[in-house]
Amino acid sequence: MLTRLGPPLAMALLAGPILLGLAGTMLPAFGYLPALGGAEFTLAPTRQLFAEPGIWMSSIISLASGLVTTAVALIVVILFVAGWSGTRIFARVQHLISPLLSVPHAAAAFGLAFLIAPSGMIARLISPGLTGWQRPPDLLIVNDPMGFSMMAGLIVKEIPFLLLITLAALPQVDATRTRALTTSLGYGKIAGFLFGSWPLVYRQIRLAVFAVIAFATSVVDVAAILGPTAPAPLAVRLTQWMQDPDLSMRFFASAGAVLQLAVTAAALLIWIGFERLGAAIRDRACGAGWRWRRDAWLRRIGLTAMLLAAAIIFAGLATLCLWSFAGLWPFPDVLPETLSAKTWMKTAPRIGEPLVTTFIVAGIATLLAVLLSTLCLMRENETGRTGRRWALLFIYLPLIVPQVAFLFGLQLLFVLTGTIASLPALVFVHLIFVMPYVFLSLSDPWRAYDRRYEAIAAGLGKRRWTTLLGVRLPMLMRAVLTAAAVGFAVSVGLYLPTVLIGAGRLDTITTDAVALASGGNRRVIGVYAFLQMLLPALGFLVATLLPALIFRHRRAMHA
Amino acid sequence: MTDKGLFLDTVSIALNGRVLLALTHHVLPGGVLTVMGPSGSGKSTLLAYIGGFLDPAFQASGRVLADGVDLTVLPAEERHAGILFQDPLLFPHMSVAGNLVFAIPSHVKGKAARLARADAALAGVGLDGMGNRDPDTLSGGQKARVALARVLLSAPRALLLDEPFSKLDQDLRRQMRELVFVRAREAGLPVILVTHDEADAEAALGPVIRIGE
Repeated sequence: MLTRLGPPLAMALLAGPILLGLAGTMLPAFGYLPALGGAEFTLAPTRQLFAEPGIWMSSIISLASGLVTTAVALIVVILFVAGWSGTRIFARVQHLISPLLSVPHAAAAFGLAFLIAPSGMIARLISPGLTGWQRPPDLLIVNDPMGFSMMAGLIVKEIPFLLLITLAALPQVDATRTRALTTSLGYGKIAGFLFGSWPLVYRQIRLAVFAVIAFATSVVDVAAILGPTAPAPLAVRLTQWMQDPDLSMRFFASAGAVLQLAVTAAALLIWIGFERLGAAIRDRACGAGWRWRRDAWLRRIGLTAMLLAAAIIFAGLATLCLWSFAGLWPFPDVLPETLSAKTWMKTAPRIGEPLVTTFIVAGIATLLAVLLSTLCLMRENETGRTGRRWALLFIYLPLIVPQVAFLFGLQLLFVLTGTIASLPALVFVHLIFVMPYVFLSLSDPWRAYDRRYEAIAAGLGKRRWTTLLGVRLPMLMRAVLTAAAVGFAVSVGLYLPTVLIGAGRLDTITTDAVALASGGNRRVIGVYAFLQMLLPALGFLVATLLPALIFRHRRAMHA
Repeated sequence: MTDKGLFLDTVSIALNGRVLLALTHHVLPGGVLTVMGPSGSGKSTLLAYIGGFLDPAFQASGRVLADGVDLTVLPAEERHAGILFQDPLLFPHMSVAGNLVFAIPSHVKGKAARLARADAALAGVGLDGMGNRDPDTLSGGQKARVALARVLLSAPRALLLDEPFSKLDQDLRRQMRELVFVRAREAGLPVILVTHDEADAEAALGPVIRIGE
């Protein structure tokens, strides 16, 4: 049966390229790469790496930003969920935040940069009234050496992600009744949540938290846009070395990728230490009967931080959009003097090709991921086994191993096989990252489906595929399309895999947008970043409107 | 003994080594076997075993013969064991007529012919002209009748009833019970009824097997 192939195919897809890629990174890191004349193992690349100025600083920035951003984002999410779940504000904020998940990291980072730069929107709003600035001040805010603006950019994007996966876990731990129980025992909202629900919730979202840490320690696009430059975070420097036309730099870059692997592993280990510490403090407070009823101020901080994160992204995107249509816009005016479509007209001819590539790659990768996820979930129904923790680890693997660490090796394989910069190679690499998100978003509704409908269809004499196509998939259409929209958004936003495997010959909107970062033409960046956020939004629009239209006369399908 | 009807031949279902039920019984065409037991006793697993959708967590053995054909070696879709659950489970994405047409075997060709059959079946359960309706807009009793019409249209070998009346109120329950048993007798279908309602068992007028007590 076809479904039998699902799980092994998915595992091969998720683990295979990562193992091959890691091998392809490790070997040159220790000097072995016959194609480039490296015939024996040597520590020379490692020595050369550690002689590189600022390499430790780069590593520390990467490590710190991974830990700090994840901790801040997670604390905001905990305070918000603990303090407000079950309230009307909570439901509203949830609806406000959900769409932010689909905004590509690069677009959000550009948005933040356009807000906080010395000539950015915030400075314009308070100048010259509060500041007296008639010209943009000479301050290094974006690209600050400590990486604060990079961390801010990561935090505002991590908050929606962590919030949504926490929300998905809440119903499974019966958080509503637990809250009623802890409240009746006299616990404040935050204490009640931390003692009653959080340990169970955290167990479910732990791998996702690890994925956030791994991403933040090794991110390239956000770091290139907002991060420090002297020295830049580790992954940014590695990517520059990797793209150096001098091929002997590969040994050196690969050694760096191994260092990145170590940095991310160290961040995860330190985080596990944090987990232990946090659990110990919680257990002590819990054991002491600490009720903490007067937590209103902390709850308000949680809400404020959540709203601030959303406001930053929305304001950033609005500013991007404004810049793309701006004519003359001198500082410190809050609005441009004229609006025009000139930038759009001028950029249009250049946009066509990357736009088509983006659509084709995202479309095919998403389609394949939906098919493969469906096969895996069908197989799960047949065997009655979900594979639980092991399966979940496989699914999270591409999100927890830092991208640079295995993409370097994978790129090498594509170079050696002559498939680099080909469309199939690019689709394949995108599929590795799209698959986990599609599977995770499809599996909950798939498992919640009432299987008695299938029993009925079988009793009516319908074959399995007829039942799948005629009953199950139509009933799950909204869930399938939403999962597809998530996958599409992930593919549109992928930067590093596209840069490395597209090798500069296959560009997408995202790679082109990030490449513009150093140039600093705000109007053109505005066009690209606006398109970057528009494409995922279109996907979600289709996922919402299409089922609503098809089933407009079927009331039960709107629930 | 005749081949006709549904023959449960030393059927036994166990969970983690604990036997939930074990029985041998012959249900004649038009006859009803009632299986009673408290919730959690595993009485529904019997229907799942006959229908071919038993959860792999259970261990089951024994043969189920319908008119002499061993169902247990067939995939669920070739068993033609029509089932009615507690909930009518009308497919929410189809119209009422769509639900019925879906059930008609594929050897009935032609869109018009199939639709005509569906309309006739609707009329047969007192729902003339409701074919274009959204199933979600029907009342509980109407939904239950559509579900019955649907399962009968598929020309099943047997009818499996999994507490199908338990969610209806008293009056409706009596009417629906009568309708189902009359229709099953007319069609000469062997019926297995799983219930915990004594009134169901009395109305079925057949042998009663009690499990899990």
